[in-house]
Parts: sequence; structure tokens; C-alpha cells
Amino acid sequence: MLRILVLIIGLLLIGFITWWFFGKHAIATETASVADDIQQIDVNVNGGYSPERIVLKRGVPATLNFTRRDPSSCLDRVVFPDFGINRELPKGEQQSIQIDTSKAGEYQWACGMDMFHGKLIIK
Amino acid sequence: MSITSRFWISLILSLPMLAEMILHPFGWMLPGGEWTMLVLTTVIMAVSAGPFWQSAWASFKKHHSNMDTLVAIGTATAYFYSVYAMITHQAVFFESAAFVTTFVLLGQVFEERMRNNASNAVEKLVNLQAKEANVMRNGELIKIPLSEVSVGDLIRVKPGEKIPVDGVITNGSSAIDESMVTGESMPVEKHTGDRVIGSTVNSNGTFLFKAEKVGSDTMLSQIVELVRKAQNSHAPIQKLTDQVSNIFVPIVLILAILTFLVWYVLLGTSVANALIFAVSVVVIACPCALGLATPTALMVGTGRSAKMGILIKNGEVLEAVNDITTVVFDKTGTITMGKPAVTDIVGDSQRVLSLATSLEADSEHPLAAAILAKAKAEKVSPTAVTDFHAVEGKGVEAIVDGKAAFIGNDKLLTDDSVSADLKQRAVALQAEAKTVVFVGIGDEVIGLIAIQDASKATSKEAIAALKARGLKTVMLTGDNERVAKAIADQVGIDSVIADVLPADKANRVQELQKTGKVAFVGDGINDAPALTVADVGIAMGSGTDIAIESGGIVLVKNDLRDVDRALAISRKTFNRIKLNLFWAFIYNVLGIPVAAGIFYGIGLTLSPELAGLAMAFSSLSVVTSSVLLNRAKITSSVSKAV
Repeated sequence: MLRILVLIIGLLLIGFITWWFFGKHAIATETASVADDIQQIDVNVNGGYSPERIVLKRGVPATLNFTRRDPSSCLDRVVFPDFGINRELPKGEQQSIQIDTSKAGEYQWACGMDMFHGKLIIK
Repeated sequence: MSITSRFWISLILSLPMLAEMILHPFGWMLPGGEWTMLVLTTVIMAVSAGPFWQSAWASFKKHHSNMDTLVAIGTATAYFYSVYAMITHQAVFFESAAFVTTFVLLGQVFEERMRNNASNAVEKLVNLQAKEANVMRNGELIKIPLSEVSVGDLIRVKPGEKIPVDGVITNGSSAIDESMVTGESMPVEKHTGDRVIGSTVNSNGTFLFKAEKVGSDTMLSQIVELVRKAQNSHAPIQKLTDQVSNIFVPIVLILAILTFLVWYVLLGTSVANALIFAVSVVVIACPCALGLATPTALMVGTGRSAKMGILIKNGEVLEAVNDITTVVFDKTGTITMGKPAVTDIVGDSQRVLSLATSLEADSEHPLAAAILAKAKAEKVSPTAVTDFHAVEGKGVEAIVDGKAAFIGNDKLLTDDSVSADLKQRAVALQAEAKTVVFVGIGDEVIGLIAIQDASKATSKEAIAALKARGLKTVMLTGDNERVAKAIADQVGIDSVIADVLPADKANRVQELQKTGKVAFVGDGINDAPALTVADVGIAMGSGTDIAIESGGIVLVKNDLRDVDRALAISRKTFNRIKLNLFWAFIYNVLGIPVAAGIFYGIGLTLSPELAGLAMAFSSLSVVTSSVLLNRAKITSSVSKAV
């Protein structure tokens, strides 16, 4: 009887994991705020990036302010392959990253181990 | 708290439990028994493993998971079960939670160090720059910081000093060690009028030079930028791991639950045993090794090749090199020196040269330069021409003294205008690898000029090395078939495509691509389309900016032998990526079933502690293998391989 109960709980847990990680969930998207011809946005690094999708205006110099609060060494670097940027993110320190917004398009960024991803949309 | 201090705390607190484990069979008991273990492990869980939990929870809320998720769940399961077991007076395994934490942190400490090692090639390059410059201002030499040097400044460099920026020597001469930029180990003699490169070292002479490129325009800055981009680029092979890493952790968690259910529900083992198998599965899986396999190797490989004077632009190029079957060369400036000189004049040499000089006076063609140089040496001056126009790929036409005159190759000729004798002479000269131009006025060809562009001393060796690799070599040129053949025979090239108009180079490359992947080596503006079309475009460093822009690989040294070295290091790096990925996959694919207890029947199992140790060393071994790429032997049959 106990074993049947454990089996049911186990299967429910598998169902939950599948739904939680593989199901469709909204992605936090934010548009950078423009002030004095500079667009800025703060990115909080904690278990991933928030926001995970950033929309930037083309042609306006952009700064992304990354702050890592996560202790994991998984997230200790942020890499923008298209821009040749690979920056260390010391925990708790704000790191400003300048982005060249002259070309419209979608650009991925990732953590140093390529496990967490974010997307930059320039339009 | 840093990873290192978290590691030391968990190591020191784990030691008593390790002693208990080893000495238990000899009758030694840990003072306080289970209670001591509980206290020690609780401290480890809170202090050393706490950050894993924080990170795992933060990711979980965002529907993400990472390695920390696995470590956190693995250690927490072992810990909380042990607490429960202690209350219900069953066997505990606190030490599993403690040891796994210690091992994982140990792996991370090493890995962090290695990753920094892999990524500091660029910083080393930047540090090569001089900090100050002696600049002439108002007739006086003053020392100013590098950032204040501007274009046009006259700068003095003394023996042993670093040249601050790029420029041209205006006064003096010296031998300069350019190895940091070009990889060339021999010092290069430079005189007035020669270019010097910023950050190279002046050895014996003092000279003045005029700054031409400063700040981010200098060659070193450009190289740094290129290398930085290359090191962080994506190789197509990574797409696979991108996909896997997204689903890896949840799948491992599901496998762990299934493992527990199979052992406990189906096979009827105790809760403790089933849990140990499940925890082992969670702990051994290592997504990090997969994620690190490609970027670390790419970083080390492109950094090392930059030191050799070979700039590989990105991971895509690196991967494409692996499938190359044919290497196509541009002739002028790539295989040959690109400095043609007049060797023979057939006909009335004074008259022929005079007419040729008049026609070519305004031309920018490299052959024109040869004719003008010859005219200057012979003191022949041009007469004025009207209606000058160039016929692309053929020659030029103009009106001289009221008559239509021309100079150009045989494509410009009508059949009957050349005498049989001249035709024969032309063929004979072409067979000696000389380019022949016909000079004519009215309907008559009055003479020939033979121009030779000698092949570089190193071309033959370079081609032989590529052939030794089993590659097909092809030469592409606008030159006449016979001339091209003669040069090709000199350097040992397999086949020749001659008489190609500049605009057609890219098309010819595309035709060759039908039979296999093609690398194109070239340096001129007209090579840019072919460099772009080819699977791998290799631009010679002496080339024009546009050629360098179009190429996927840039050879700083302008030495054709570097083509072979570039292929060698690209292949080596790509093979290392494949090796890394192979181990990372195999490790997970084999490790997980063993941890799940599938081989229990033949006595092969993994305790959570061993699984933790294995996990720690899987990513460490991948990073180490990448860093070792710095030491790996690059096998190239050309001499003086770095």
C-alpha cells in the first residue's frame, strides 16, 4: 500500500517537473528606457537573467547594467558572442556593458558555460 | 563567501567523518557518533552548500535549472533522509552529503582557476602596448602617455624601447623584433620609408617615425578586437549542446525519480538503498562539462594561433577548415611576390617602350608599374595621349599622335595583326613564366614586353605541405594559360585556371565548390568576392583592408607557409572540441546508468561520494584538456613550425 502511494507521488513529481521546466511560460521582456539619447536597462542576474529579453532602439547608444546576485559560478561571466564581449560579473557589483546598436537584429547572450540564455532585440 | 573558503570549510568539517569511515573497521568510533556527524554536516549544508540552494531556487522560480539544482537536490536528499533515519534509528549517511559538497567545490575551485587561464590571452596582448611615447612637440622631445599620441606626431624610439603606435620611419634605421604581432622570430631590418608596427620592440638603432594609426586603429588593437570576437564566437557544433543544456537537468531529475521508484517499488529494496541510487544519479550528471567543452577550446585555440600570427575570425571558420578538400590560390601577390619587373622587350625597344609608357602612364595596373619603372630606368618619358580607356582584364587603348594605340594581352588582339614571328616569341616567353603584353599602333603590333613576377621563395614549400595533407591545389589567375602553367610548375601546384576576369574569380570558386569545400587564399581588392564565397577565405596580411575584412583567416606575416599552419591549428582545435564533447557526453551517458545501479548485478555501483568526485572532475578535465591545447604539438610539415 505504502509502495503504491510512493509510486503515485513519484509519478506526480515527474509530471510536475515536466510541466514546470518544459511547459510554455511567459518570458520576462523589457524595453530599455531612453533618456538623454542613451538607453539604459538594469539586468538582474539571479538564477537566470531578468529581464531575459531586452528590446533596444536602433542607433541609440545602449548600456546594459548587469548585477549578479546569484552565488553560482555558472553565472559569473556574461558573453555576447556577436559583439565579442565576455565580461566577468563579480557578485553584487554592477557591470555596465555598452552595446553597439547600429545594426538591427536579434542577438543571443549567454552565461560563461552557455547554460543560461538571454536575447537582445535591436529594432 | 568565495568558493575557495566554502571549499576549505567543508573539507575541514568532512575530515572527522572521513577518519570515521576509514578507521571504523579497526574499531575506532567518532566521539559523539551520529550527533557529531549531524552537527558537522549541518554546518556544511548551511555554509558551504547554502549558495547552491540559493542559486537553485532562484533558477527554479524562472523555470530554469542548472548544475546547482542537481547538487542542491542531491545533498539535501541525503541530509534530510539521514535526519529522518536518525530519528527512526536507522542507518544514516550524513557523510555522503558532506563529501559530495566538498568534492563539487573542489572541482569548482580548480575549474575557476583554469577558466581564467584559458581566457587571459587577450589581456596579454593588450599588455604588450607601450605606456608612453617620446613625441616631438614644438621642436622638443617630450614624454607623453600613449593615449595622447595623435596622427602625424613625430615619435623617437631608442634601442630597446617599444614602438608606441603604427607609422612610417622618417629618419634612421633599425632592426625590429615584430614577433609579438607577426609571430616571426627573426628581427626585421627597417629603413626610412618603411612601416613600423606599434608594440613591436626596437632592438639596435634609434629612429624617428611619423604616427599614422593611433588608438583603436593600430594593428595590435585590430588584432585584439579580432581575437576577442573569435574567442567568444559560437561554433556550429555548439548548437547541439545548447539544445541539450536546456533540457538536461530536468531529465536527470526525472531519471533519478524513476531510479528510486524502480528500486523501491518494483525491486522492493529499502528506502535507504533506493535513495542512494537516486542521489548518485542526481550527483553524477554534469551539464557543465558539456557547456564548457566548446568555448574553452575555442578560446585557447584562437589565442594560440594569434600568437603565431594567424588570426582565425570565429568558430564557424574553424569548423569549416575541417572539411576543406581544395585550396585555391590567387597568383599575384599570393604565390608570387606581387612586384612584377620587365625582363625582355621584343622589337625596336626604344619605340616599344616609349609607346607603352605613354599608354600606361595613367594606369593603376600592377603591370603598368613595372613598365613605368623600366621606362624610368631607361630615361624614356611618356608623350601625351587622349581618349584613354582601360578594357577590363585585357589592357588599355588610347589615341597617340592621332593614331589608335593599344597595349594589352592577347585578348585585345585581332588575329591577323600579329606576325608569326612575334607569336612564336610570345609563346616562348610565356613558357618561361613571363607575362607578355602586346604593344601596337594602328593595326600593327610593333613589339612585345615580357614581365615577370617571380614566385616567393617559400611558395614551393608551402604548396608541398598542403599536398602532403592530401589537399588539391589550384591556381586562379587572370594571366595567360602558359604563364600560369609555368609558375604552377615552378611551385608544384596541381591545376591552373587561367584567363579569369577579375569579376569571375568568385564564380570559379563556386564551380570548384561543387566537388568539395574550398579554401581561397588571396590578398587583393578583386579577391574580396572570392574570399567571401569560399568556405574558408584566407587573406594575406599584406593585403588590402577589404581583403582582410572578407577573409575568415588572416595571415599577419604574409608567408604562404602559414596557410598550412593555419589549417593545422584549426584542425587541432576542432579535434579538441570534438574530443571534449565526446568525453562530456560519454561521461554522462555511461555515468548515469552506472549510478542508477543498472550494473548492480555484476557488482558495479557508484556511491554518491564517488559520483560527486566524478562530477567535479568531469568539467575540470574538459577545461584542462582545452588549456593543454596551448602545449599541443602542431604538426605541419613546413619548416620552423611554431
